Amino acid sequence: MRKTRVLLVAAATAALTLAACTTDEPTETAPEDEAPADEGEQEPEDSGDDAADDEGDDEPAESEDGEWFVRADYERQLAQRDIEPEGPADQPWLQAIEPEWVDTSEFAQEENRTLCFSNASVSNPWRVTGWITMQQQVDVFTDAGEIDDFQVSDAADDDNQQISDIQAFIDSGDCGALIISPSTTATLTPAVEAACDSGIPVIVFDRGVNTDCMVTFIHPIGGYAYGADGAEFLVENLEPGSSVLALRILPGVDVLEHRWAAAQEIFADSELEILGDEFTGGDGAQIKDLVTQYLQRGDVDGIWMDAGDGSVAAIEAFEDTGNDYPVMMGEDELSFMRKWEETGMTAIAPVYSNFQWRTPIEAAVKIWNGEEVPAEWVLPQEPITEENRGEFLERNADMPSLHYAKFGGEDLPGYPEAWQDR
Amino acid sequence: MTATDPGRAAATSTGTRLAGLAGRLFGGGGPTVFALLIVIFALIFVMNPSFAEPPSLMAFLKAAAPLVVLAVGQYFVIVCGELDLSVGSLVGAQVVIAAALIDGEESRTVPVLLVMLAFGALVGLVNGLITTLLKVHSLITTLGMMLVLYGAIRLWTGGSPKGALSEAFRTAGRGGIDMPVVRQLPWALIILVAVVVLAIVVMRSSYGRTLVATGDNDQAAMFAGVRVWQVRTSAFVLSSLMATLAGVLIGGFAGVTAQVGQGLEFTAITAVVLGGVVLGGGRGTVVAAMAGALTIQALFTLFNQMALPSTIRPAVQGVIIIAAVAYAARERAGPGAQDHAPAAPPDQNPDREPAAT
Amino acid sequence: MRSGTRPTGMSRTANRVADVAEAPTTAIRRRLGTTELVYLALLGVMVGGAILVALQDKNLFSTANTVEMLSRSSLLGFIAIGQTLVILCRSLDLSVGYVVALSSLVAATTMDGDPARVPLAIAVTLLVAGGIGLANGLIISVLKVNPFITTLGMGLIIKGYLDTEYKGPAGAVPESFRQFGYSRIGFVPVSAAVMLLAAVAGILYLRKTRTGFHMYAVGGNAEVARMSGIRTGRVMVTAHVLCAMTAGVAGLLLAARFGTGSAEVYENGYELESIAAVVLGGTFLMGGRGGVAGTLAGVLILAELDTIFNILQVDPFFKDVLRGVIIIAAVAIYARRRLDVRASRARFGGDGGADGGPPPEPPPRHDDDPARPHQGGVR
Repeated sequence: MRKTRVLLVAAATAALTLAACTTDEPTETAPEDEAPADEGEQEPEDSGDDAADDEGDDEPAESEDGEWFVRADYERQLAQRDIEPEGPADQPWLQAIEPEWVDTSEFAQEENRTLCFSNASVSNPWRVTGWITMQQQVDVFTDAGEIDDFQVSDAADDDNQQISDIQAFIDSGDCGALIISPSTTATLTPAVEAACDSGIPVIVFDRGVNTDCMVTFIHPIGGYAYGADGAEFLVENLEPGSSVLALRILPGVDVLEHRWAAAQEIFADSELEILGDEFTGGDGAQIKDLVTQYLQRGDVDGIWMDAGDGSVAAIEAFEDTGNDYPVMMGEDELSFMRKWEETGMTAIAPVYSNFQWRTPIEAAVKIWNGEEVPAEWVLPQEPITEENRGEFLERNADMPSLHYAKFGGEDLPGYPEAWQDR
Repeated sequence: MTATDPGRAAATSTGTRLAGLAGRLFGGGGPTVFALLIVIFALIFVMNPSFAEPPSLMAFLKAAAPLVVLAVGQYFVIVCGELDLSVGSLVGAQVVIAAALIDGEESRTVPVLLVMLAFGALVGLVNGLITTLLKVHSLITTLGMMLVLYGAIRLWTGGSPKGALSEAFRTAGRGGIDMPVVRQLPWALIILVAVVVLAIVVMRSSYGRTLVATGDNDQAAMFAGVRVWQVRTSAFVLSSLMATLAGVLIGGFAGVTAQVGQGLEFTAITAVVLGGVVLGGGRGTVVAAMAGALTIQALFTLFNQMALPSTIRPAVQGVIIIAAVAYAARERAGPGAQDHAPAAPPDQNPDREPAAT
Repeated sequence: MRSGTRPTGMSRTANRVADVAEAPTTAIRRRLGTTELVYLALLGVMVGGAILVALQDKNLFSTANTVEMLSRSSLLGFIAIGQTLVILCRSLDLSVGYVVALSSLVAATTMDGDPARVPLAIAVTLLVAGGIGLANGLIISVLKVNPFITTLGMGLIIKGYLDTEYKGPAGAVPESFRQFGYSRIGFVPVSAAVMLLAAVAGILYLRKTRTGFHMYAVGGNAEVARMSGIRTGRVMVTAHVLCAMTAGVAGLLLAARFGTGSAEVYENGYELESIAAVVLGGTFLMGGRGGVAGTLAGVLILAELDTIFNILQVDPFFKDVLRGVIIIAAVAIYARRRLDVRASRARFGGDGGADGGPPPEPPPRHDDDPARPHQGGVR
C-alpha cells in the first residue's frame, strides 16, 4: 500500500519535473523551431494523403515545408494582396482576384430554384455576422424571384453531423444548388465529392476542401495573407530585439494554422523575440490572465493574434498592470476598432473578409442563370489601417460590438436593424 | 479531520505531516491539496522570484477569484451528495445577460445585477427541485440545464453576445483600491475574502452541518428530522448564486466574449475534488475546496512560468489531477484498509464526520 | 447520527443480499418495463415527428430520411453501447470523446491509404483504445480514484497528446474502408448495421455471460457483489475496456467517413451526449439497472429528433434547449416509474436504500466503497 503511495508521489513529481525539463528548450528556441520539428513527424503520414486527394487545388497543405506551411501557397497569397481585383470596387463581394472563368451553362435552369446551405455553425460572432448578411442577400433574391426556397442545416461544428447534413440534402433531391461552408477541410472532402457526383452545382466557401469538383470555391485571399499582414506590421513597427507574444485560439484548424505559419515565417526572418504562443480558446478571461502573467515575467512589446476575439481583454491587461500599450494586431471586429481609436495605440486590423457570405448566394443565382463564375473565386482581403480606421468606424457607428466592420451589407434592405438586433 | 485520527499521523511521512499541519492550520481538509499548493507555489517562486511581489500575487488572486467562488458553490452541492454541471453555462449566460440588458448604460447596473441574482436563484431552484422532487440524478438535471442555458441564451442573442457592460459593472472584477505596497487591492480579492468568510461561517452553522450530514447519509439525516429535499435544493440555489457572482467577476475582469464560462464546470468540480472533497458527499471541507481551486489556478500559472508548450499542458494537468486524487484516496483508505482499524465503525469512515465541526 | 445509521445500513445490506439472490427474475422484469417505455417513447417521437413533418408536405419515413436517421445514430450508438456498460457498473467514462478522436487518427495514419493495412489498422486502433480503457479501469479499481476524475483526467491526457502530436487531420483512409462510412444495404447504412450488431452483441453479453451479469451486481451494490464472490475490480476493468473499444469503433467509423483522422472531433462533446443517450434509454445512472436495448432506443430517439429538427429547419440553438428538456423529462418519468415499481414490490421487504429511496439515491461512492474491503466482513 505504501509502495503505491510512493509511486504516486513519484509519478506526480515526475510529471512536474518532466514538465519543468521541457521548458528550457521552447523558451529559447520556441516558435521558430517548431515548424521544422513538426515537419519531421508529420510528413510521412501526410504526403500520401495529399498526393492522392489534392490535385491542382491550392488550399490544402502539400506538407513539404511543415504540416501547415506550403511555401507556394504562402507566396501566392502574399502576392495576391497587391493584385488589383476584377469587378466593381464598391461591391467587393463580387470582385475576384485573377479569376479563371468557367462556363456554367450545363447548370442553367429555371425549374428548381431551391437553394440549400450546409453551414458548419454559427458559433462565433464572425459567423453570426456573416450569416445575417447571407440571409439578407437571400431575401433580396427571393423578392426578385430568383430563389424559391432556402433550406439550411447547421452542424454545430460537428464534422460528422455536417457529413450527414450534406447527405440528407443530396438524398432529399430537393436542392437546385448546394452551398457548403465546411467545418474542417480534410474531413469534409468525401462528402463534398459525393455532393458533386449527385449532379447538382456545389458551391464551397470560407474553408476549402481537398477537391476541385465544386463549381466554384469562394474565399478571401487566405490565412497566410492574414497572418502576414499582422506579422509584417509588428516587424515594421517594433525595434529589433522587441518581444512579441502570440495568442492563438485553438490548434488544428487550417485557417488559423495558416495564419500562424505565415507569422512564424516572417518572425523567423526578423529580429523580434517571440515570447511564446498560447492557446486561449478565444476566452477573454484566459487571454487577460495569460497576458498579465507574461507582463509579470517581463516586457511584452507586441501582440500577435490569430483572430481578434478577446483582443480588448489583452489590451486591458496592459492597462491594468500599468504597462505601455503594445503594438497590436487585432481584427476588424468593432470592440477592438473602438478601443484602438480610443487609446490611439499602434495597431492594425487584418480582415478575414466577412462580406464573403454574400458571394455564394450571388454565385448560385449566376450559375442557375448560366453565367460564368470563377473556378476559384478569390475575394479581396485588405487590412484596416490607422488611415482608414475612422471611415469604417463612422460607417458602423450604430453597430454593436462583436460586429465586423467589413461585413459589406450596407446596401441590403434590412440594414441596419438586422445586424443591430441579432 | 486529520486530527481526529491518531493512527494516521504515525503512518504518514514527514512531508505529509507538514502538509497535514498546514491543513489543520488552514482549517482542516485533505492534506494532499495543501502540500500540492505549497509545492507549486515554491516552484513558481523558484522560477520567477518576482512572482512573490505583492502586485503579482494580487493579480494572481484577482484572476483566481472567480474559480474559487465557483468552487465554493460547487462544494455546497457536492458535499450534500449532488453535482452541478450547469455552472459554466450559467456564468456565460449571466455575462451575456448583463451585457445585453445593461447595454452600456451606467444607470442600469444595479437593476441588472438584481435581475441576474434573481435569474441565478431561479436556475438553482429549478435544478434543485427537479433533482429532489422529480428524482432526476443531479448529473442529468444539470447537464440538461447546461444545454438549455447554452441554447436559450444564444437563441435570445442570435448566437453571439450583444450590448456592452457598464464601467460600474466591470469595477468588481477589474478595479480596486489603489494602495502603496500592492499597487492596487482588487475588489475581487475583497469579495473573495468575504465569500471565504461567509462560506466558513455557513459550514460551521447548523445549516452547514445539516448539509454535510445529508451528503453523508440522507436516510439518517431524514430520520434525524432533516428535510432533505429542502437542504439539497438550497445547495443548488447557493451554487447558482455563486456562479452568478463568478459571472460578475469574470465579466468584470475580461468583458464579454462569446466563449465566456465554457468548461468552467469541470474545472470547478476538479478543484473541489482536488481539495479532498468526495464526490458523493459527506466529506471534505470548504476551505480545502477553495485550496483546490487555488491549486488549479496556481498550476496554470506554473505552466505559464515554465513556458510549457501550451499543447502539452492538458496532459500534465490530467496526470497531476489523477495522481493527486489517487494519493488522497490512499491517504483515506491507508491505515483502515491495512489493519482493519478497530476504531472505524463499520459503516462510517472517521473521515466522514461532518468535517466543519 | 452514527447510531441511527447503523441499523439502516445493516438492514439495507441484508435486503441487497436478498435482492441479488432474486436478481435474475426481477432485474429482467424491471428492465423490460423501462425498456418498453423507452421504445414507446421512440414510437411517440416518430409518430409526432411524422405528423409535424407531414404538415410541411414531407415524409419522415421516406428512404432518404430513414437513411439519414440511421446514419446519424450509428456513431453515437457505438459510443453509447460502451457507455452503458460502465454506467451499469456505477461508473462513467468522460474520456470517450478523446478516445474517438485518437482512434480516428490511429486508424487513418496506420492505414495510410493502403487497403492491405486495413486489418492491421483496425487491430491497432482497438488495441490502443482498449489500452486506454484498461488504464481507466485500473486507476478506478486499484488506485480508487473516482471515475469522474479518472476519465476527466484521462481525457485531458489524451487531449494533450493529440494537440502536441497532431496539428490537424492526418492519415488517409483507402476507398475500400470508406465504404464502412458511406455504403448501405438497401436503406440501412453499413455503419448502422454494424452498430445494430454491436447492440445485439451487447444485449447478449449482458444477459448471457457471467461477466455481463456481474456488471449489474457490481453496479447495484459493489460490496454485496464482492461478498457473493464477484471480482468487482475485474468486472469494472472489463467494462471500461469494452467501453473504450466501442469508442475505438466509433473512431474507425469517423475515419471512414472523413477519409482521414481528425483530432478536432473531441470538441464535439460525445462524452456527455453518450451519457445522455444512455439515461434517455432508461439505464439508471447509479448503476445496476438498464441495458443496451434501452440505450439503442435512446440513441434512435436522439437521431430521430435530429432528423426531424433538420427537416423542420429548427434553429440549432433551439435544438439544444429541446434536447436538455427532453433528457430531464425522460429521466424524471423513469424515476417516477421506478418509485411506483418499488411501491408495488413492498412485499419483498421494501428495499428502500437500494432503489433510490424517497430522497435521491445516496450518490456514487465509487472511491470509498471498494476502499473498505473490511466493511462487509466485519458485519
